[in-house]
Amino acid sequence: MKKSSKYLLLSGNEAIALGAFEASVKVASAYPGTPSTEILEALSQYEGVYTEWAPNEKVAMEVALGASFAGVRAMVSMKHVGLNVASDPLFTAAYTGVRGGLVVVTADDPEMHSSQNAQDNRNYSIASKIPMLEPSDSHEAKEFTKIAFRLSERFDTPVLLRTTTRVSHVSGIVRKGKIEESRVEPGIVKIPEKFVMLPVNARKRRVELHRRLQKLRKYAERFPENRLFWANPEIGVITSGVSYLYVREALPEVSVLKLGMVYPLPERLIKDFASKVKRLYVVEELDPFLELQIKAMGVECIGKEVIPEYGELNPELVRAAIVGKKKRRVFSSVDIPRRPPVMCPGCPHRGLFYVLSKLKVFVSGDIGCYTLAASRPLSAMDTCVCMGASVGGAHGMEKALGEDSLGKIVAVIGDSTFVHSGITGLIDIVYNKGFSTVIILDNRTTAMTGHQPNPASGITVKGEKTEEIDLEALCKAIGVKHVYTVNPHDINTTKKIIEKELKRSAPSVIITKYPCVLLPEERRKKKPIYMVISEKCKGCRICLKIGCPAIHWTAGKGKRKGKARIDAILCNGCGECELLCKFNAIVIEENGGEKKKKN
Amino acid sequence: MVVKRRKRTDSSDEKGNILFCGVGGQGILLASEVVGYALIQNGFDVKKSEVHGMAQRGGSVEAFLRFGKKVYSPLIEPTTVDIQVSFELLESLRYLPMLGKQSRIIVNTQKIPPLSVSTGIETYPDGIIERLKGFGLEVYPIDAFQISKEIGEVRTVNMVLVGALSNFLPVDEDAFLDVIKWRVPERFREVNLEAFKRGRGLIDNIK
Ligand code: SF4
Ligand code: SF4
Repeated sequence: MKKSSKYLLLSGNEAIALGAFEASVKVASAYPGTPSTEILEALSQYEGVYTEWAPNEKVAMEVALGASFAGVRAMVSMKHVGLNVASDPLFTAAYTGVRGGLVVVTADDPEMHSSQNAQDNRNYSIASKIPMLEPSDSHEAKEFTKIAFRLSERFDTPVLLRTTTRVSHVSGIVRKGKIEESRVEPGIVKIPEKFVMLPVNARKRRVELHRRLQKLRKYAERFPENRLFWANPEIGVITSGVSYLYVREALPEVSVLKLGMVYPLPERLIKDFASKVKRLYVVEELDPFLELQIKAMGVECIGKEVIPEYGELNPELVRAAIVGKKKRRVFSSVDIPRRPPVMCPGCPHRGLFYVLSKLKVFVSGDIGCYTLAASRPLSAMDTCVCMGASVGGAHGMEKALGEDSLGKIVAVIGDSTFVHSGITGLIDIVYNKGFSTVIILDNRTTAMTGHQPNPASGITVKGEKTEEIDLEALCKAIGVKHVYTVNPHDINTTKKIIEKELKRSAPSVIITKYPCVLLPEERRKKKPIYMVISEKCKGCRICLKIGCPAIHWTAGKGKRKGKARIDAILCNGCGECELLCKFNAIVIEENGGEKKKKN
Repeated sequence: MVVKRRKRTDSSDEKGNILFCGVGGQGILLASEVVGYALIQNGFDVKKSEVHGMAQRGGSVEAFLRFGKKVYSPLIEPTTVDIQVSFELLESLRYLPMLGKQSRIIVNTQKIPPLSVSTGIETYPDGIIERLKGFGLEVYPIDAFQISKEIGEVRTVNMVLVGALSNFLPVDEDAFLDVIKWRVPERFREVNLEAFKRGRGLIDNIK
């Protein structure tokens, strides 16, 4: 008989979206951030779910909480650092509890593949007293999402669902399941003692929170996703998330207690397991989160003495830590040119950073594709801390150094990042009589995370047109008197305006506005292709200074000089190199304008 | 995106570790997805691991695809790659510690210079294929870029390589064709199917 079940190969993120859909989620809000972005993107493809990109994670969290108060199931998803932004409503949502199920997804990035830190967001569960589930693969990602909604309604609490990069971006087999409905009745219900966290109510809710945790602790003992795998009792391992997969791969012979819920922990189950094995290990990435709790129970175990405290784990590390074997490499790595990420050919950010590098200013930077300007040859970014930090940071430096710093510091921030948390920084500058120059890099999208629209691009997650935030008007309304918009590919004008505004002892904003080359509309546009007239090229190398991947240098030999060449397939026709060349050696290819870029 | 999964009749314990590597923007993620689905159709468990975000801007990218009766770890362990599919020539040298004597290498001979090379700071190494062969590895150099140009769509490089890879997998050709048909947008379907077939036809000639 032929089996004809339906199988999907889904990433953890896509599986979470499917789980939420099957749990009849009605409202989902998020701010894009690797490795969480695809959750909302996938969810936006399902019928009957309202999805939105929020300006930042705090707003997203509040939207989801509001939807829960209205009695529908709601989800909010973000990367680990996003939860820092959303933590304010999160902590109090633990007090109010929910009406419709509320699931908060946090996607951590232990190896910092695409993040500025590697915080362990499991700590948020203890700190906020909110239960946390941790799936290890796509199948579980889907199932745990559904379980999370049920637990949320049953225990009247938000539920945290925590993934890591190797869960979010690993694809595995998932089967479609049944659609479940919530039993909560949607509508407006006034329950001030639950929803109005005045101290008098909050104190009562705090007691309620305590009771709820006690109930959850009991429940954890029989939570079916806290699973036991019995094998040899010599070695026992307590683990969760993707680490569980590494343990099973590396050490098939050991006994395993796999925790599906990492907070609160099943104390009896753990003690029982510990008593039945000779040696107990705790295998987890990042902080000794489980280990410390288990040690606090008075259970002896080995953890961070042997398991690395930072970076991702893998089967080899786990095996080496517990049975002390590391495979010998057959081939060792060879020294070859590195290939770090670079801005695309024709990227609208390139010219601006070339100008800033020429001006030798201190660039207070931010988070986005433009952070790549920190690397050679542009080397034009001097700080990068968190979303929005460029603006406040520049102001702080200028206040610290006074008039001396005038003209020496500039803040750069992308359109999406500015809306996320640059606006408040700009208000601070105006209100407190600063004189910073803030450059908003408006490339019409949130590019780094894969081109999500944002409030300044005037398009919703579903691709519908909507009101577009007028950044110029916004800055003026805040009280910035000097606001300019400029095409950054026009290097000369951009430079002039920046030079002028840097000297001004009042706040100013320069918006460099040009769409990212990877946007579908941009890809479809006919663009000129540039070329180097070899006879005219004097080999001065100035065009190489902007670091466009389409411009290639051919070294000279003997008497023959080195020359630049443009790869027509890569060139996106921004024309910046033409402006730089002093010998008019760079021109538009004949018929260059006819060559339509294929999509 | 739903496929039927055939029950594996043979009780074989076939399994494999495939490492895809190349440069951001070369279509590696789609390639590994097509292969993943084709394996699922043939009854295998599959785990596919990749990294999104910053690295995709023209940097080195890698994707792991593991298959077997049951796959736990999404990560391939050093020395255990069965097949490396390198979408770019230089990248084929970057993952040597992941390879072992058993490793086969399918490599697109297309050169994409990293910025340090194109700006003349470093040079693109010579003799890469010879070096790999010198390690005693089975190497299949393919000019997938040229083939894709002949097909008339340079963005089918990935499917040419999938075609070449398909020769080494316990999956029948139809499974691949099925998956490409529903996974690739209609207007690119024909060129991708052609690219796959061209790639699939290559290996015998090289052997
Ligand atoms: S994706 Fe857009 S913003 Fe990012 S580097 Fe490329 S062109 Fe620039
Ligand atoms: S015009 Fe010049 S700088 Fe712009 S993409 Fe083409 S080669 Fe690069």
